[in-house]
Amino acid sequence: MAAIVSRLERASTRAAPRRATADSPALKWTLLTLALGFLLVFLVLPLVAVFAEALRRGVGAYLEAFQDPDTFAAIRLTLIVAASVVPLNLLFGVAAAWAIAKYEFKGKALLTTFIDLPFAVSPVIAGLIYVLIFSAHGWFPPEAQQVLFKPFAAASGWLASQPGFLWLDPLAYWFEQPKIIFHTTGIVFATIFVTFPFVARELIPLMQAQGKDEEYAAVTLGASGWQTFRRVTLPNVKWGLFYGVILCNARAMGEFGAVAVVSGKIRGETTTMPLHIEILYNEYLFVSAFAVASLLALLALVTLVLKSAIEWAHSRRHA
Amino acid sequence: MSVIARNITKTFGAYTALADVSLEVPTGKLVALLGPSGSGKTTLLRIIAGLEFADPGSGRIDFHGQDVTDTPAGRRGVGFVFQHYALFRHMTVAQNIAFGLTVRPRKERPPQAKIDARVKELLKLIQLEDLGGRYPSQLSGGQRQRVALARALAVDPKVLLLDEPFGALDARVRKDLRRWLRHFQREIGVTTIFVTHDQEEALELADEVVVMNNAKIEQVGTPQEVYDQPASPFVIEFLGNVNRFAALGHPLPGAGGDALYVRPHDVDIQRDYKGEHGIRVRIEHVFSAGNYGRLALVRTDNHETIDAEISRARLAELGLRAGEEAWVVFRHIRLFPAEGKFTERDVVADDAAPAVADPGRGI
Amino acid sequence: MSRSSRSVIPGFGLTLGYTLFYLGVIVLIPLGGLFYKTAGMGWDDFTRAAFDPQVVHSYKVSFGAAFAAALLNAVFGLLVAWVLVRYTFPGKRVIDALVDLPFALPTAVAGIALAALYAPNGWIGSWAQPLYADFVASLERLVPAVPWQAFLGNRLAFDLPGIFIALTFIGLPFVVRTVQPVLEEIEPELEEAAATLGATRLQTLRRIIFPAVLPALITGFALSFARAVGEYGSVVFIAGNMPFRSEISPVLIVAKLEAFDYAGATAIATVMLVASFVLLLVINLLQRWTRRHDAA
Repeated sequence: MAAIVSRLERASTRAAPRRATADSPALKWTLLTLALGFLLVFLVLPLVAVFAEALRRGVGAYLEAFQDPDTFAAIRLTLIVAASVVPLNLLFGVAAAWAIAKYEFKGKALLTTFIDLPFAVSPVIAGLIYVLIFSAHGWFPPEAQQVLFKPFAAASGWLASQPGFLWLDPLAYWFEQPKIIFHTTGIVFATIFVTFPFVARELIPLMQAQGKDEEYAAVTLGASGWQTFRRVTLPNVKWGLFYGVILCNARAMGEFGAVAVVSGKIRGETTTMPLHIEILYNEYLFVSAFAVASLLALLALVTLVLKSAIEWAHSRRHA
Repeated sequence: MSVIARNITKTFGAYTALADVSLEVPTGKLVALLGPSGSGKTTLLRIIAGLEFADPGSGRIDFHGQDVTDTPAGRRGVGFVFQHYALFRHMTVAQNIAFGLTVRPRKERPPQAKIDARVKELLKLIQLEDLGGRYPSQLSGGQRQRVALARALAVDPKVLLLDEPFGALDARVRKDLRRWLRHFQREIGVTTIFVTHDQEEALELADEVVVMNNAKIEQVGTPQEVYDQPASPFVIEFLGNVNRFAALGHPLPGAGGDALYVRPHDVDIQRDYKGEHGIRVRIEHVFSAGNYGRLALVRTDNHETIDAEISRARLAELGLRAGEEAWVVFRHIRLFPAEGKFTERDVVADDAAPAVADPGRGI
Repeated sequence: MSRSSRSVIPGFGLTLGYTLFYLGVIVLIPLGGLFYKTAGMGWDDFTRAAFDPQVVHSYKVSFGAAFAAALLNAVFGLLVAWVLVRYTFPGKRVIDALVDLPFALPTAVAGIALAALYAPNGWIGSWAQPLYADFVASLERLVPAVPWQAFLGNRLAFDLPGIFIALTFIGLPFVVRTVQPVLEEIEPELEEAAATLGATRLQTLRRIIFPAVLPALITGFALSFARAVGEYGSVVFIAGNMPFRSEISPVLIVAKLEAFDYAGATAIATVMLVASFVLLLVINLLQRWTRRHDAA
């Protein structure tokens, strides 16, 4: 009798049977703790540190950091660079994805690999290659640039002198005195390089996965190439496109190594926000450095929120 | 002839999809391209549509006497229905149907009111009047198929092309839609070509069946013709069930290398038989459901299996059970002499089949 | 265009032409220029510049730290991917989104934040720094044959560990994001089948799940390694950049450029680039392998 009772007791205290695919609670909690601990140390703490350091001396000191005209200039330059780089890489990404996803041709795999190439190149080298070409000791130094761009300088100068085209004046000036290295133009070049694959990489697999049937259907119904792209392809990939653009933008605003090499770090002129952070940091102006850094950290957070929102909306639509 | 394809060859690398294929499709007819996968039927359809092009220097496509070989797909005036519909997923049903009209150059584009009217008309035709505002993802498979058809028809195509139109649907919907398409094609009278691998579908639906195999056309004819007078062993094997006999010689005609076929419904079973064409068989299995009784038979002399199909009345009359033995005679056989002996006459000549025993006792 | 290569969807010539033009101007010609410049140096000049002892030490630091960081990321990346795919817990969506932070956070920001954390007066450095110094010192006492300091440094920030920490941060998402989708794709039926055949949970993990994710894990490791080898922005703030100790190759390239030693910078860059291309090739092959696994 006693034996039976104890067997029953054992049965009742035994844990509920687990599914074959479930881990034991002990294992689950161990793994969860380890993983979250790792993420806490390596992701959360650095992020929190940015804001904590920026606000170390209070909100007043934080805001004071933005009074510096050089900070202002750095923010402005960063915006200009991103506004130049993102549309160019967007256009490229769309063209490349269209060519790769919608047609069959020899060398496609090689082309795809080449598009990924900038991801494998150190940002420092990305800057270096433009220095080798465009600097005073390069193959295409400013004097040569001046000669080559002379006709453009004349043409744009004439155009800028016409009523209503005064806004072309800076362009005419640039063609007359071309500056690439230690100038915004070089920063734009280097940034294009490091953010080169972002849009293309998002779009290519997406467009490939969608196949060509809808485009074929549009074509048999008499749509032109542009109509097919705008009315059939684009609406299907718009979120992927947006996703690529925000990632490209985040990287363009935050690029440091490549830009550091080509900019010459002329304070207030060729310093983007990351370069300005470095200058402030090296001058032991920690609160100012972290204040500017906090803006970029906010940008990163906004990017992540948008990215998750897109993914969430997308997965819900496909559920 | 409204669609003529001449000498079309198409290769993909080392693979030949079409080898010098020619085809004429009469105006207003419903034509099926029938064949197993890889036979080239879809490639032929896509070449007719202008979605694929024949090898350089080969072939020519005419629509209504006009050479369209170099005309891009959008200018050929074809309506193409894709196997998986290819509906624009971000557009409503109505927007999908209207698409072909709205992308016309401004000068040729009908006014919005006209487009709306045409969409309404087509929605009525496909019996989806109330679903114009839905998105493709909110429709059933059969409904999507009809929307794809309406979208193709909206541009008043000269030729309607359908790639495996019922392939992705379940059996019941397929049957309904098949009947509907038949009726509907008759009503609007547009020349229609559809691709299928389902022989039942081709025979039931088409005015003319084009049987394809291995990048070539095997036979063109009405469903009756291709079924009753198959031009090749491939056609007889592909269309419906058939017994093929390996061991030839008495009591069967032919010799080694020839191909001899008997349809199951041309097999008659008798308890006692005194003629010289009978084959002794053992009954392995009797299956009686639906209109026919089906029997699995095994020859007692060489153990070849024979499928037979007889009426249920006859089955009851004979009272056959598994394990019993009986005689089999063939009402109609088809002999394809081995390669080399092969002539056109041999193929079509019905009188080449000698063994028609007891004609009075047909089904 | 010949009739066979003509395509149904318009725009082939335009889009491919523009793609090749842009790729050529931005990427291929400038990169080609670098190799051209190297080729013009002559072999002796090149080897002298590219394999000078200080430079060779920087390669060791760059590749060694990148390898160690990628290894740590492989272990914890697999763990994080497993936790994100298999378990439900509050805040999971936020954590999942946060994994991409190193992609989105500018490297300079990461660099100063990590430097602030691990500096001797930082949140982590203030208590971990003495522990780490003790740890290295006791290693030196216990196994004197190994030059532990040269491998491990003896400070967290502004020394070798700083490089390792920064490279771990920037390489963190790669393993998670390559392993995660593969884990999601594994059908529960596989594990159930293993269970019905009598496998223990551990056997199932080791013999069913691990082989399935292994190609993705190696790919993620390689991606993380490739990214870390070339990293500059986050490292420069936390490494201390001491020659023959904690100087990575990209930092050395910048130093040479600032001294207008273009040939020296180019030689180092060429070695780094060749290494990157080999890595890219390996990654491509790995990804093909992964895909073949998926298809099977």
